[in-house]
Amino acid sequence: MEEIKLGAVYSVGARILLLAQSCGEVVALMRRTMQWFLRAPLDRRNVLMQMAEMGARSFSVTSLTLLFTGMVLALQSGFSFIKVFNEPLYIGRVVGVSIIKELGPVLTALVFSGRIGAAIAAEIGTMKVTEQVDALYTLGTNPVKYLAVPRFIAAITMLPILTIYSNFIGVVGGYIVANFRFQIPGVVYWDEIYSMQISEVSHGLIKSLAFSLIIVTTACYKGFKTSGGAEGVGRATTSAVVTSMVLVLIGDYFLTALLTALHIG
Amino acid sequence: MIRVENLFKSFRSKPVHKGVSLEVQEGEIYTIIGGSGTGKSVLLKQIVGLIRPDQGEIYVDDKRLTTLSEEELQDVQKMIGYVFQESALFDSLTIGENVAFGLRNLSDTKEPKITEIVREKLALVGLSGVEKLKPAQLSGGMKKRVGIARAMAMNPKILLYDEPTTGLDPVMSDVISNLILEVKKHSGSTAIVVTHDMKAAYEISSRICMLYEGKVLEAGTPSQIRFSNNPIVQQFISGSSEGPIPVPTIDLV
Ligand SMILES: Nc1ncnc2c1ncn2[C@@H]1O[C@H](COP(=O)(O)OP(=O)(O)OP(=O)(O)O)[C@@H](O)[C@H]1O
Ligand SMILES: [Mg+2]
Repeated sequence: MEEIKLGAVYSVGARILLLAQSCGEVVALMRRTMQWFLRAPLDRRNVLMQMAEMGARSFSVTSLTLLFTGMVLALQSGFSFIKVFNEPLYIGRVVGVSIIKELGPVLTALVFSGRIGAAIAAEIGTMKVTEQVDALYTLGTNPVKYLAVPRFIAAITMLPILTIYSNFIGVVGGYIVANFRFQIPGVVYWDEIYSMQISEVSHGLIKSLAFSLIIVTTACYKGFKTSGGAEGVGRATTSAVVTSMVLVLIGDYFLTALLTALHIG
Repeated sequence: MIRVENLFKSFRSKPVHKGVSLEVQEGEIYTIIGGSGTGKSVLLKQIVGLIRPDQGEIYVDDKRLTTLSEEELQDVQKMIGYVFQESALFDSLTIGENVAFGLRNLSDTKEPKITEIVREKLALVGLSGVEKLKPAQLSGGMKKRVGIARAMAMNPKILLYDEPTTGLDPVMSDVISNLILEVKKHSGSTAIVVTHDMKAAYEISSRICMLYEGKVLEAGTPSQIRFSNNPIVQQFISGSSEGPIPVPTIDLV
């Protein structure tokens, strides 16, 4: 009995230690990435290639996701307002705030985790298990500089850009439903959208910047930690996606609380 | 040139090295033989600083690896060319870009010159016209040779070959053995070769050492090894399953 209890204590303890160690390693990876980012000349070709790939890979899924999210938001809020006021009021306001402050950044980040986070973890993980990461060292190139830094720069620029684009698509989706389903005149809808504050828009973009950091760091970390052949690459990829999605959702709550406390948005 | 002192290394309490010591002189071709899983690749990786030893010291060109900072270690790595057992070619780059990788990143060699060096190094390993292909389009033996060309591109002072001839046909094996010899004669570089190919080992080595159970069992000139009276060495070099080395018993029902 005692032994069983102790065993449980040990395994919980071991898990906590492992978690603490991983956190430390993540911080170390971020620090080294920052150091190389500041120190080494920018590998423009590599960064641009990464950006193009990230954009191309997430573009269609993000568009589809946000278009329908905007449409369904308009539909739901329209019917709710009809119940209360007998009239579909404020659809533009509801769609604008929900998309631009919340759903645009979060949904785009979730799609980005699934597409880009997975790709980064799989690429770096494959290079790790096939000793290509070791080969970089022996050819005088630091893997963090060569692999992590370009992906890092590309991700923190591309996710906010994609988010701006998603916001637009989401709002257009809302407009389609507001206009064709509820016969709201375009002027009314777009006026409500344009009445949004700059701070509300920045609220969403600041969050999306933070999400990009979470996703790219998690994915690079999982990639560099990969071991155990093809199976290990699979594990690293899944784990990168799941971990970054969870961190994005948790991070979203705390960031929202923080930004609101700072009166941003 | 390279000195390994009393090296210990284990992976998750599974010991691989239990006190390995060896010394490689400048200009030597030093061959390491030993059974599969005795830690030959792990030893080479410790010498380039890819794996840190648990205990013991490694000196490369009189620099003590364990005390170097990341940057100093990188300087040591710059003078070492490493041929990986599984080639480890960058599969997102073409063959030409693979071979040119070190030159582009570490030297200020100009582009036309780089193209010329790439062609020349690929020709040395018997490949031509493959610059534009991707590694996935080559056979295992071809990849291995590209790996050799890539390691040689920078004319490093030290070359570490992890099984350079495994997976090559007998003729190409001999070509590579001769190449290792030629490169040494030409540039006076030092080489460590891990191999299972005893014929090549006798031909090219200045000295041979055998790793066994985490230690250096015996080291000496090719003829000393060939005529060693250690039964384990004799069994290994003659490639027999009968003798003191534990082997799985075959028991088909
Ligand atoms: N990164 C690692 N993590 C855990 N164990 C490892 C690692 N690298 C090597 N090992 C273990 O160390 C031992 C020695 O491996 P090594 O690759 O050096 O063998 P080797 O002598 O090169 O064998 P071979 O002739 O088959 O290439 C093996 O038992 C292997 O399982
Ligand atoms: Mg090996």
